[in-house]
Formats: sequence, structure tokens, C-alpha cells
Amino acid sequence: MPGNPSPDAEQLLKALIEQMRPAVAPETGLIGIHTGGVWVAERLHQALKPAIPFAALDVSYYRDDYEARGLRRDVKRSEIPFEVEGRDLILVDDVLYTGRTIRAALNELFDYGRPASVRLATLVDRGGRQLPIAAQFVGARVDVEPSISIDLTRGVDGRLAFVLNRRAS
Amino acid sequence: MWLNPSNPQLDRKGQLHHLLTLEGLPAEILWQILDTAKSFVGVKVKKVPLLRGRSVFNVFFEPSTRTRTTFEIAAKRLSADVINLNVAVSSQSKGESLLDTVDNLSAMHADMFVVRHGESGAPHFIARHVAPDIHVINAGDGRHSHPTQGLLDMYTIRHYKKDFSNLRVAIVGDVLHSRVARSQIHALTTLGCPEIRVIGPKTLLPAHVEQLGVQVYHDMRQGLKDVDVVTMLRLQNERMQGSLLPSAQEFYKYYGLTDDKLAVAKSDAIVLHPGPMNRGVEIDSSVADGKQSVILPQVTFGIAIRMAVMSIMAGNK
Amino acid sequence: MKIHIKGGRLIDPKSGVDAKRDVYIAAGRIVAIGEPPSGYTANRVIDAAGLVVCPGLVDLAARLREPGFEYMATLESEMEAAIAGGVTSLACPPDTDPPLDEPGLVEMLKFRAKNLNQARVYPVGALTQGLKGEHLTEMAELVDAGCVAFSQADAPFADSEVFYHALQYAATFGFPVWLRPQDPALARHGVAHDGQVATRFGLPGIPVCAETVALSAILILARATGARVHLARLSSAEGVEMVRQAKRQGLAITCDVAIHHAHLTEMDIGYFDSNSRLDPPLRSQRDRDALRAGLADGTVDALCSDHTPVDEDVKQLPFAEAEAGATGLELLLPLTLKWAEESKAPLLAALARITSEAARVLNIDAGHLTPGHAADICVFDAGRYWKVEPEALKSQGKNTPYIGLELKGRVRYTLVDGQVVYEAK
Repeated sequence: MPGNPSPDAEQLLKALIEQMRPAVAPETGLIGIHTGGVWVAERLHQALKPAIPFAALDVSYYRDDYEARGLRRDVKRSEIPFEVEGRDLILVDDVLYTGRTIRAALNELFDYGRPASVRLATLVDRGGRQLPIAAQFVGARVDVEPSISIDLTRGVDGRLAFVLNRRAS
Repeated sequence: MWLNPSNPQLDRKGQLHHLLTLEGLPAEILWQILDTAKSFVGVKVKKVPLLRGRSVFNVFFEPSTRTRTTFEIAAKRLSADVINLNVAVSSQSKGESLLDTVDNLSAMHADMFVVRHGESGAPHFIARHVAPDIHVINAGDGRHSHPTQGLLDMYTIRHYKKDFSNLRVAIVGDVLHSRVARSQIHALTTLGCPEIRVIGPKTLLPAHVEQLGVQVYHDMRQGLKDVDVVTMLRLQNERMQGSLLPSAQEFYKYYGLTDDKLAVAKSDAIVLHPGPMNRGVEIDSSVADGKQSVILPQVTFGIAIRMAVMSIMAGNK
Repeated sequence: MKIHIKGGRLIDPKSGVDAKRDVYIAAGRIVAIGEPPSGYTANRVIDAAGLVVCPGLVDLAARLREPGFEYMATLESEMEAAIAGGVTSLACPPDTDPPLDEPGLVEMLKFRAKNLNQARVYPVGALTQGLKGEHLTEMAELVDAGCVAFSQADAPFADSEVFYHALQYAATFGFPVWLRPQDPALARHGVAHDGQVATRFGLPGIPVCAETVALSAILILARATGARVHLARLSSAEGVEMVRQAKRQGLAITCDVAIHHAHLTEMDIGYFDSNSRLDPPLRSQRDRDALRAGLADGTVDALCSDHTPVDEDVKQLPFAEAEAGATGLELLLPLTLKWAEESKAPLLAALARITSEAARVLNIDAGHLTPGHAADICVFDAGRYWKVEPEALKSQGKNTPYIGLELKGRVRYTLVDGQVVYEAK
């Protein structure tokens, strides 16, 4: 998109790792939200090396647009390989926008148990919130038109990159 | 002349609106259901909120506690409200017509009907007459179809064999009266299984069954040779009363699955049975409980399949 | 009343005429064809320009549902349907409730029908009392009351001996016997042709051998007893071939096919459409093609409507539970025209199957246009399309696989005994 250079995902990831380093203890649960958030969580997990494995959450069954848009085609099973009850958690997503995905993720998490705390990390915060949700760890704040979507991709080499797409209206 | 062209299961966008039979469903929809079911298998939470506020009516014109229960569990795990109607007893006996029953149930603002009926095609009939926003799932109709059973069988086969493209599958026993057999055959051919065999005496095989894309065997040992999957069909006791078979004993001798007959199949062949089993009639206990039997996992997968079907359909507008 | 039917294309299969001819009617009879008799002045001129003028149709099987099934249809509604379909003579099978097994019932039916002043009704009497297949009816008495033939409709004989005796007795008096070739035991549980569709849909099948087993018994007993047998509603290729062979060997039999079976196949069950639940069942494409070939070469003598009005309560049900049958009186002509067009059969030959040939089977003086004979005439527009929908049908039975579809050929005028009994609006 001319005039809208894509943010550099690998750079932002580095920044995010540094922000989060003091906050991640060995027992902190990292939970990536499908699909981009899981890639980010995986990289955060490699860099921050908590003692427990990271989790992957697919919020399809908790989304509030199911009525309007139906079930997504490629639903994945949520895998949380640790006890949620009483744990400090960090939800990880690639792009924070309306906040609705995070709402769905919180609802899903609470079906697994009552965590001690939940914080939120995101590579990009593009504003536009429709719910009272804020991220504690943010790679960068970007400003793009509502008609543009920011999508994270992962190359065969594992490198993350953002692409900007015009939304299908 | 062919008078009736369009597929009544799909909406204008080609999405699944009713699940009445697996025949004629695009492979893409079958894969979507199988993939979605996978996301439900082994989920730790008790229920997800997907169908919160929706009501699922189990409308059973023919009693079947087992099937009804699995649909009920599936719907409840999706947070739907479940209403069980044993129509066989309540209204039909009072002389109410099926059409009146359907109108009445539609007026109760159901979102989904799960229908079991003794007559082939009854769910098609119901789907034609319900309000357009109601989804109908066939939970077994006569000899015609039992699509969620067929799907859970596909799930089971895929779970153990990964791929359909080089499988040899045998379906054994009373194919004539079996909706499970028909559903399996349609699903297997759609998913690309290259070789399907049906095995049974001529009295229990329907006319021109080979036109469904299967090979016919009357000798079980020949039919089971080198197969990857064996599906044993339930033999209803009432089949013994007519002129189809002389006795359960003779059937068991020639078409019952025993260890020595299973030995001619591949060594890693799996054994399926839709349940409930008649041990000693179509299957020997040592096979049913043996290491090649996947009959219990079938039941587990059945709930995930029904959750997948409901959550896909309820989201299709 | 003198009526002049002017400018139409006259098709009379019996005389082989297919030409533009006028018809002159007086005192209920045709008085001249072509040129008017001297001094003829018509009271009414029917402009038939662009229309076909043919004998009133003769239908070998129309259930009028009286007595006993008035909730499905009444004599009034079905007689209206007959003339709206151009049918001026019809035979009705004895499967009423009670069955037509007593002279009083037959007389009452004839009387009620006659008072309606519409089509001529020819009752087919029950061959056995109550159609139970056990005791013979008083056939001679029934003939005196107006029966033209005897039949079991779709009911079975108790055993072969009753069957044998019924044919012997009927043969004694030369009464025709009309038989449905269908083995009751082989057809007992079935609801559809035992072919690929029944297999796919899990519908209990009626095998072709249900027809051929019964047919061979009928042919053997017809030979043995000398009975005049008419075979009602053939459905299979093998059946047609057996009749062809029997006729070739000189056996004096006739047979008919229901008009639906000349068009539809098992595929037309669609997705369990109970409107396509018929008896005999719709069979395979190969069978349908053989029925058409039989119609073309004369093995099959006549087409009939097999008119069976069925009400919604027993039709709007899952396929196997639905009652068999389709409404047909008003579709007989358009579906015959459709068959002619698709088979490239000349109109003259096609119309013979529902006029002169059907009258020959019935052994009545009808189905032809001859000066000096009754003026039973159908005037129709062969090119006119109309949509088969409930409002378009006079019959109380709206049950037809063709519902919602368009057919070509619409009756404009129907005359019985020189009176215009039906006129399209």
C-alpha cells in the first residue's frame, strides 16, 4: 500500500521481547491466539524461555461474530498444556484492534480455570478499540485506515512479516 | 425426465443447511466437518458457548436412547438448549399427521431438529416443510441414511489410517437394511477410497448394489482378504423371522467376524461396528474386545462429529 | 341443437383422416364431415381454426372415488376433470368402498354419472366379492347393470384356483377380464422399482419379476381358459416383451400403459417426492424406453390416465407411507402429445392410443368421428402451454409429479352427444 509502509515484524518482535523480559517468570503461561498470535508466542517462548510450554488458543467457538459469519473453516483445537488455575498468564496476539478477539480469548480462558492474572502482549496496536481492553506489552502503535487490514505472515524460514491488504468490502 | 434437480441440503451459497444424507455432498464439506470435529476431540473445557441461546429439538419418531444421548451431549457441550421429544409416543399415536407435528414444532422456535424416523426419506420430507431458518439433521431414517454415523466412521478411519486414497474397506452383513452401510459407501467414494467391498448373502444385498461403486463378495474370506478396514453391520433379530435367513447360527458361521476370518485381512486392519452389537451373531466377543477393534473410540468421535455438524450448520445463514 | 365445428384440423385415427375438415352435428350425432348436408343451418358455429378436432378421449382407468372415498374426490369433481381433459368415455376400476361387486352399486354409479350429463362412465365390475379374491361375483347380473369387464383392481386372488375359476367363468360368457400383472407377495413390501434409486434411497423394492411372474401366470391361464384378458398397467421391458411374444403367438390379449410410465423413471422420485409414488412403480430408463417402443409397434394397445386422486392427508407423507397414485384425467392429452413429440410419432397414431384403440379394448362404439354416430368430440389447442398447478386442475386430486411444470396441449371444447359439455374460458 503506497504511503503505508508495513511495520517490520521482526524488529517489533525484538522490542516486544525486551519489554516482556522482566515480566516473564519461569511459571508464566504464554498463550498465543491462532494463527498469528501462536507464531508470536512461539518466538517469545524461544527467547524468554519460561519453564513451561506455551499454549495455543483458537477462539472460534467464543467469537461474537458467529451469528453473522458462521464458523471459520480452519478451526484448530485449543491446546493449553498447563494448569490455568492460579497462574499468571500473558495472552499473545499479532494485531490488537477492536478488542473482540481478546474478549473471546478471556472467556475461553476462564472456562479452563481462574488465573491469578492475565496480561496482553501484541506486536501491533492499531487502535480502534470497541471494548475496554488494553495491551501491557506493545511492539508498536500504528495508524492505518479502517479499510486496510494488517496480516501477519510466516515465511518458510520462520521469519515473520506484516502485509497490508485492502479489506474485501 | 428428471423432475427434481437441486440438492435440498445446501443453501444458495452452497453451504450445508440440512444434513440429510452424505450422498451428493461435496468432498469439501465432508473434510470441513472432519477437520472441525478434530478441534473438538479431547477439548478439556466442559462446554463452549457457540450455540448459547439456540434450541436443538431431538425429534425421535423411533426410539434410540443411544443416538439421542450422543446428540444431546453434543448440543449441550455447545451450550444449546436441548429438548427431547419422543414423538413416537406423544403425537403420532394420537393420530396427528407428520405435517402437523412438524408445523407444531416449527412454531416452538426451534433452531435445529435432530430427526430419527423409521421411514426412508422422512427427514427430507420434514426439511421440505420446516420454516426456512430451521436446520434439520438426520439421525437415521429407515434404510436410507445415517449421515453422522457415516461421518464418525470416516473420522475413525482417518484417525487410524490417515488417508483414504489407498484403502481397501469391507462392509459385512445386512447391507440391504443398513443406513450405515449406505452412508459409509457414499462417504468413502466421495473421500476417494479406491476399493469398497460389500460382503453378505444375496438376500441381504440390495439390487444393483454394485452401481453404488462397490464390489460384491458372498464369501467372507475372499472379501476380507487384505482389507484395511472392516465394518460389521448389526443384524436385527427380526431378520430371522422372515425368509431372508435360516438362523443366526448359520449367519454367524458364514458371515460372523471371528479371529480366524479377520486374520485374512491386513494385520493392522481395524474393525468398526455402529453398535449396538450382537455378540455371537455378527461379531465374536474376542474380536469386539480385541486390539483391532475401534468400536469404543467410534463412540467418542461420534460426539465430536455431531458438535462439528451442529456448529457448522447453525452458523450458516 | 346443430353445431358446426369450423376450420379445424380433423384427426380421426380410426378412418386415418388428418386434414382440415369441418364437422356438422345435429341431434347429438355427427351428420356430416367436410361438406354440410343440404339445408343445414347451424345454431352454433365453433371456430376451430388452429385447433385439432379429434374423437373424445377414451380412458381405460379413472378412479372416480365414489362410493366410499368422497373425502378424496367426488363424482362431480372428477367428471368435471374428465371433460376438462377431453375425456368423453372412461372406465372406472372396481376398487371403491364398497367395491363394485353388486348390481345395485353399479346401477347407482351409472345413474349418478348419467345425471351429470358429462362423460360416459363404464364401470369395471369386481371379479370376486369384496375384491377379496375368494368368491366370484354375479358377473352376468353385473353386466346387465352396466359393467363392461371384470377386474380385481390391485387386489390379489386368495389362490391360483380362484384365479383359474374366475377366468373360466368369465370365459363362459365371453366377459373380458382386466388384470394387473403384479405378484402380490413379491410386491408386498415394496414401494419403488427394485433398482438403483431404491438401493440408494433404502426404499423397499418391487422387482421386475413381480410383474413377469404374474404375467406368465396370466398368459398361461388365459391360454388354458380362453378368457379375454386385458393387461392393465404394464411397467417393465421384460413385461412388454412377454406380451409381444404372446401376441405374436396369436393369443387374443390387449394391454395398456399408464401415461406417467411413458415418461417418467425411477430417477423422477427425485428426493423422495411422494407425488412420484405410483403403482406400478416408475422403473428404469430402459423399461420406459421399452414401453414407448411397445406403444409404437402396437404391442401396447392403449394409454390410460390411471387417474388416482389422493388427498393431502395420505399423500403428504414420507415416500413409503404415502398412498400411491397420481391425478391424470387432465394430463392424459398433454402427456400423450408430449410422448408423440418426443418419440416423433405422428399425431394420428398417438391419438389412436387414447381414442380408437382404447375404445376397441373397451369394446364400445366410441373413439371415432363417423357420420351417424354419437358426436363425442374433443377440440384442443396442441400448441398451447399451461402450468400444472392446483388451481388449473378441476380434479380434487392435485397429486402429480408434474405439479409446477408446464405442459403443451389444452382442451378448448369437449362435446358429448353433440352437446358442448366443456368450454375453456
